[in-house]
Amino acid sequence: MAQFQPLFSIENQNLFTEVQPTGPLHPGPALPHGDWRRSGQPFLVHLLGRIGNAQIGPIYLGGLGVMSLAFGTLAFNIIGFNMLASVDWSPLQLIRQLFWLALEPPPPAFGLSFPPLAQGGWWLITGFLLTASIMLWWVRTYRRARQLGLGTHVAWAFAAAIWLYLVCGFFRPIMMGSWSEAVPFGIFPHLDWVSALSLRYGNLFYNPFHALSIVFLYGSVLLFAMHGATILAVSRFGGEREIEQIVDRGTASERAALFWRWTMGFNASMESIHRWAWWFAVLCPLVGGIGILLTGPVVDNWYLWSMKHGVVPSYPAVYPISVDPALIGVKP
Amino acid sequence: MSVVTRACHLFVAALAAALLAGCERPPVTAIQNGYRGTGMAQVNNPRTDAKTVARNMAPESAEAASPDGPKASQVYQNVKVLGHLSVGEFSRHMAAITSWVAPKEGCAYCHNVQNFADDGKYTKVVARRMVQMTQHLNADWKPHVGTTGVTCYTCHRGNPVPAQVWYAPAGRKYAENSVMGDLAGQNIGAPSVGYSSLPNDPYTPYLLQDLPIRVNGNEALKFTGMKKNLSSTKQAEHTYGLMVHMANSLGVNCTFCHNTRAFQSWSEAPPQRVTAWYGIRMARDLNVAYMEPLTATFPDNRKGVKGDVAKVNCSTCHQGVNKPLLGAQMAKNHPELLQTVAPVPVTVAAADATPAAGPGAAAATATPEAPKK
Repeated sequence: MAQFQPLFSIENQNLFTEVQPTGPLHPGPALPHGDWRRSGQPFLVHLLGRIGNAQIGPIYLGGLGVMSLAFGTLAFNIIGFNMLASVDWSPLQLIRQLFWLALEPPPPAFGLSFPPLAQGGWWLITGFLLTASIMLWWVRTYRRARQLGLGTHVAWAFAAAIWLYLVCGFFRPIMMGSWSEAVPFGIFPHLDWVSALSLRYGNLFYNPFHALSIVFLYGSVLLFAMHGATILAVSRFGGEREIEQIVDRGTASERAALFWRWTMGFNASMESIHRWAWWFAVLCPLVGGIGILLTGPVVDNWYLWSMKHGVVPSYPAVYPISVDPALIGVKP
Repeated sequence: MSVVTRACHLFVAALAAALLAGCERPPVTAIQNGYRGTGMAQVNNPRTDAKTVARNMAPESAEAASPDGPKASQVYQNVKVLGHLSVGEFSRHMAAITSWVAPKEGCAYCHNVQNFADDGKYTKVVARRMVQMTQHLNADWKPHVGTTGVTCYTCHRGNPVPAQVWYAPAGRKYAENSVMGDLAGQNIGAPSVGYSSLPNDPYTPYLLQDLPIRVNGNEALKFTGMKKNLSSTKQAEHTYGLMVHMANSLGVNCTFCHNTRAFQSWSEAPPQRVTAWYGIRMARDLNVAYMEPLTATFPDNRKGVKGDVAKVNCSTCHQGVNKPLLGAQMAKNHPELLQTVAPVPVTVAAADATPAAGPGAAAATATPEAPKK
């Protein structure tokens, strides 16, 4: 009887984390003077080890973290209780309608004044609490990076996202003179707000900053897939040691570079690919925010703006000519 | 296969099934209705076509009656709207209206069978006004109904109350005295706006009141003074809600009436947009001039939670197709519904007629409105 021979051998494919090295758990390096102590005993979770590091904890909470969580929890609860009130305090309806429910900003009539609680007052309070929470969390990411001796790249990337958040909910409403222009807190409602904003301002797809933002969004996805695939593909040669390969290029780096040079004539380097990814991700909300800030305060109709500047083609007329009945004086 | 892998497979399969559960089963076809490459298309599922046709069949009309002989006003009492018809035509109309509106209940749904001239039943008073409404609609709203016109059946389809009517929404139980949970007229999965979280009463502001529907400006840049466009994003959400209602009522996509790259552009829009523009005004006219004045006539059990009468919106006639009853030429067999008539002078008949009494009194004395245009 012939011995079983596979038709092809499967080497380390790396599509799922196959290796879970375990060793003595450690809390991490000592923290500088003045920092809090880390809380919790570290432990291992095998299933989490399949998608990441199996070690959970200890966690660094710190004063900033505690304050951020406190503000965030308050905001979350105010949103939740307003949603619960809006379905007449029925927990069942809260679950059923959760994706539809929202805490709405005040109606346009209130402008930038502080509206009654029931008509957007809660929204304004929640906006303040959530913004405070996010800002404190930003400082936390900055401070933690510094205390570990890292660069502050994560904090500045996060700041780019905060910029877009503030444009939508704070800067633009102020420039428009009305809180009603801001985004509601709710799953579907905030998506409907996006559609309505586009409809009101003559189609956001004709906003060049929106277009750029989409380029960086999809570009990020593409770069991430290319980079992830490349590193997985060369990990059999030790390519997952990216930081070492930046300064000490080995066969993994060489092969990865060759692969891209052969397929598309150009390749990023082990270091520059991460700069590509960082800038693409950061530019997505950065230019998007500029586009939203111009929508309303500067541009009223992006379609007409595009037409005026020859950005879009006009198509041959295929319909009989329609005339706006209101223009020809029809007043039924 | 390990237990974990098997569990994962099961989970993924269940997730896929759950995600697809809300989808319409294929095949789906797209019929191009604009210039190539512009995405102007109507999505249609041929599998459901047969059902749509079956749901929107127009009934056969009886053979035309002879216009000769004595007039209805001369023979019957208290005939206020159709008195100019011959007795034959009048009887044919009464038979038709019974089969359209109250096929189960019969003549007694509107008439006191002891005295057919009696206006005591509110249904008779309403029916008379609805005949006038139909005449007004066919005669004065041609930009919307064309030469096809409508009959009672277009809306009623054998139901005393048309299946698709609207009332003012109920609102929350604890809305008063509550400082929390303002819905701002939206954010509830409502069928009126296709289960979106858009403002879910698109009817009151636009099909009853006359609030501005247009939110787009005609200038590229923000202007001040006269040219300033003051519409808010929230207003756009309300308009969006109305448009979802229209699209759902007609069973069409946005691209049926709009070139969606520029919703406000008339020059790029399909001609159906003009028809729809008149349709919005028509529904408003019917609600303001015909339905609302009948508020006192209707009994409470026919009213909404806010005590308002049933009102008309796009789906009242359209019921899911862009041409009601798929464009069946039904009204032409019923010429009595095609034109408005001056009220028949009340002569001998009125003297014997039971005086209008009860909740119908106010509307019973109402005369047809002059065409508003």
